[in-house]
Amino acid sequence: MAESLLAALVSLNGPGHYFHWHWIDISYANLTVIALMVVTFVAALFVPFPGRRHKKETK
Amino acid sequence: MSESPDVKVAPWTGPQRPYDIIKEGTIAFVVVAILTIGLALVFSSPDDPQVTVQQWSTKAPIDFAQTALAELNGTSGTAQYGAPYNTASSGQQLGPFTLAKWLGATIPVNTVRDFVVDPLTDQPATPALSSALTQWKGASATQRTAWVDAYTKASGKMTFTNGTVSVPTNAAGPVPVMINTLEQMARSGALDQALVTQSGFYTSNFTLPLLFLADGSYLGDLAQQRHLLGTQWGMMNETGNYPGQAWLWLYTFWYQVPPFSTSANADVQVWGIMMLLSLLLLLVPFIPGLRSIPRWTRVYRLIWRDHYRAQGA
Amino acid sequence: MSSTEIDRQWTTRLRHRVAHRLPPEKMLPDTQPAYVASWIYVFGVTTLSAFAVVVLSGFILALKGPQWWHVSGIGHFVNSLHLWSVEIFFFAMVIHLWGKYFMAAWRGGRSLTWVTGVVTFLVSIATAFTGYVSQTNFDSQWISTQAKDGINSTGAGSFFNVLNFGQMLMWHIVLLPLAAVVLTGLHVLMVRAKGVVPPFEEKEEAR
Repeated sequence: MAESLLAALVSLNGPGHYFHWHWIDISYANLTVIALMVVTFVAALFVPFPGRRHKKETK
Repeated sequence: MSESPDVKVAPWTGPQRPYDIIKEGTIAFVVVAILTIGLALVFSSPDDPQVTVQQWSTKAPIDFAQTALAELNGTSGTAQYGAPYNTASSGQQLGPFTLAKWLGATIPVNTVRDFVVDPLTDQPATPALSSALTQWKGASATQRTAWVDAYTKASGKMTFTNGTVSVPTNAAGPVPVMINTLEQMARSGALDQALVTQSGFYTSNFTLPLLFLADGSYLGDLAQQRHLLGTQWGMMNETGNYPGQAWLWLYTFWYQVPPFSTSANADVQVWGIMMLLSLLLLLVPFIPGLRSIPRWTRVYRLIWRDHYRAQGA
Repeated sequence: MSSTEIDRQWTTRLRHRVAHRLPPEKMLPDTQPAYVASWIYVFGVTTLSAFAVVVLSGFILALKGPQWWHVSGIGHFVNSLHLWSVEIFFFAMVIHLWGKYFMAAWRGGRSLTWVTGVVTFLVSIATAFTGYVSQTNFDSQWISTQAKDGINSTGAGSFFNVLNFGQMLMWHIVLLPLAAVVLTGLHVLMVRAKGVVPPFEEKEEAR
């Protein structure tokens, strides 16, 4: 019972999918991870940090 | 001492804001733990079953027999490898440096003995095998070479019918029995065991079976289907649709472009480049130009925009 | 015993040095410079948290040994935790590296912090690699037989045999994690001792 609950909800097994462009050949899984990294990095730069508003700055 | 703004910065004497490091750490841990559990529940993880020599010789009997022959006639990848397995070649070179050769054959592998003769000797004796092994062991090196050459010449017409490997030659002495018995041994699963237990009962070293397996085409064919070959950027790939070692993108990249894509010394050249680049990354704080890019690109203006706004106000 | 004699003891001198370099208010601070206000700062602690999950899930796998996860649903789930925490670990660490680069976080005597960070990154790659070859499945068969050529070509193969499962497992669960923990510890202590790098001073620059 516990074991079946722990089985994957979305199976990533089965033939892989690849992005092929000239000599670039990368799995969509890796491409997703790398794209997410870039998006996360850019978001971290631009999204306002919550603590900023209330300026409880002490000297 | 350098006074460059890429090296020096005055200690901060400006305003402080409250900061709870323990709370931050706890929240981060809980978030990451929940995210991990979520990903594990949704996607699980890949576990393609291991390949055995038994499976290989059953699914691709000719490939197995041809590989066994290559171990015997010294044309297999392992037989011609050089250090650390043997001295058959000087191995890869980085300019004038033969790094592997210098460090020597510390993991000696004799493909004839380790992959063919010793496993056959471990087999329960049948009259045919016993006499073949006696014949082989009693023969001169020249005689053995003549037998193996005769078998190799005829091996283009190798067949596998009714569970038997045959090659049309009568000049190969004990070699047909040896190859055929090794095939039977492999198909029964006994060769898997014989290859790992050569060093005794307990073992955790799979050098021999892995080298043997890698000398054949079967493992590589499976890897190609799974898009794992070096020429397929396979180093960063995982089986199925799982993300792999994306952090190896630069390492695997070099293998795709000239001159490395066609170089016989690609491995050592790419390792050399990666070590150099790693050293550059390590030494960024000390390398003029490289350490100034952050100041020139001004990405930091985004990170510290409140600070500069407060300063400008 | 004179107090100068006590002051000269190795133990006393070490204690004074530690207390001077890392007083409790630096070790466990309750304030942070006002400029430390960006999401980019969360990726260091995210990396540390992922590392903790990697180690904890690794501990559970260690309890039952290297074959368990092939035969048990729970084992497979723990393996999944181990895999995904590693993916998060590298994900966060690389963003942390990008962020620290663009802050030129080595300024003000922090170059050793950068250096330990890069070494930790390289050690982590080696740790992950030895994990991949210790899976005892098709992946580890293929990865080890491929990687042997690269490692052998450097000469390292003569003492670091990627086809030796026992050796790789030991590196993966003892030597490399220990190195990663020690390096990470040093890295964090350096950050605490030196504080977070201040912004570039722009007063003299024409704007």
